[in-house]
Amino acid sequence: MKIPVTTIRLPTRPAREYESRFDREQSLLKMLAIPIASVAIASMITALPIFTEEPLLPPLGLLMFLSWRLMRPGLLPVWSGVPFGLMDDVFSGQPFGSAGLLWSLAMLSIEIIDARAIWRDHLQDWLIAAIVIAAVLLGGLWIAGMAHAAPEPAVLIPQIILSILLYPLAVRICARLDSWRLAT
Amino acid sequence: MAPPKHRRPGFSRKAQYGLFVTYVVAIAGTIVAALLLAISVADPAGFSALRAAGAEITAPVARMFSNVRRSAQNMNATLAAYINAGSQNAALQKQAEANRKKLIEAQALRVENARLRGLLKLSEDGESQVAVGRLISSTASSTRRVATLSIGRNFGVERAQPVRGPSGLIGRIIETGPTTARILLVTDAENLVPVMRASDGLPAFSAGLGNGTVLIKPLNLGESPFKVGDVIVTSGNGGLYPPNIPFARVIKKTSDGALAIPYADPGNTPYAMVMRPYQGEARAAQQAAAPDGETKEVAE
Repeated sequence: MKIPVTTIRLPTRPAREYESRFDREQSLLKMLAIPIASVAIASMITALPIFTEEPLLPPLGLLMFLSWRLMRPGLLPVWSGVPFGLMDDVFSGQPFGSAGLLWSLAMLSIEIIDARAIWRDHLQDWLIAAIVIAAVLLGGLWIAGMAHAAPEPAVLIPQIILSILLYPLAVRICARLDSWRLAT
Repeated sequence: MAPPKHRRPGFSRKAQYGLFVTYVVAIAGTIVAALLLAISVADPAGFSALRAAGAEITAPVARMFSNVRRSAQNMNATLAAYINAGSQNAALQKQAEANRKKLIEAQALRVENARLRGLLKLSEDGESQVAVGRLISSTASSTRRVATLSIGRNFGVERAQPVRGPSGLIGRIIETGPTTARILLVTDAENLVPVMRASDGLPAFSAGLGNGTVLIKPLNLGESPFKVGDVIVTSGNGGLYPPNIPFARVIKKTSDGALAIPYADPGNTPYAMVMRPYQGEARAAQQAAAPDGETKEVAE
């Protein structure tokens, strides 16, 4: 039987072209790696040559982490605050364990909020994120103050405001990453 | 947002126990993190190896971005030089004229200084420079003001060495890795620097405020003797920082001291020079002979 020329597969063509478009599975690696990698990379941003006179760079790792948690409840397990926080501590310059503790406490309190306020919209999530960000930053200052001499809490105000305003952007980025993550 | 499904696992025992275990793990993890934190508060240098490893991992990317940043800055400077060539030339000529006289005076002073030092038999430590590197990142999101230097132990960088830039004192080394080191900047609240007023040698201490300024506190009590515009240099007291490194400029007088802005801006420093402690041997001897024999320098 003669094979028509049009059915010969070129090796450079993606194989998907002739596969069923229905009932495809997402890549498990992508599903797991994207949230983890996005938080890790956001935590490492502080290692870039960004020099500020006062703490001004928002805690991007925390923003990503909160966005994933609030945008996709149930994706990150309750205990995930500890490993993500400890990884953030390696790069942030805070005493080791500070974010591990604070992020985990944030995770537990959001879990409690989840049980009370069940149907929430984006503005309420933003409010929760704002409170958590301010609490984590102030807690970080308090912890740094236990180990070393620390500046006045007023130093943190610009950073807190900037971080709260950046939260919607972090959610957008997470949403884009999420659609990529779940794409087949 | 719809309520998450995992909160109601249904009648499955396995799912119920699974959910329960996640809460147990979460609380146990929180306690572990609190213990780690307690260890690192009690011994701030304890996890320095971990932080150094983190800095080593991210250093290649940071170096690359640092290079990009530097070439962009150079390009800006070159372009600006072309545009300002005429007016700058005139201004510089005027300045050079004024500087010539001061240069001759300085030359005479240097000769006289060397003669007086010879009379006093003051010995200077030989070469004070250890290595030259660049600042490749800083803890921009933490309240601690710590920067990462592009060179480390491989270049002879050790803890408690002062670091200066072309325009002034940057800080001191607190942690070292093989190819990176961490610098506690002078603007950190932890960093106390013995300083003096350049004009009359009025001794003072500088403490960082964590917001890019430092607080200058004179040693003697009473009304603040500082004026806006006073130049502060290091005094060399304590034997760590060498004397006469440009340090800061007073911008505001306060009731018991002055607010000053350091000359060295970490974001705009082309290179950072690691120096030997000014009188390292004397410091070591002093610490060995501390009254209780146990007083040791606290590691950050």
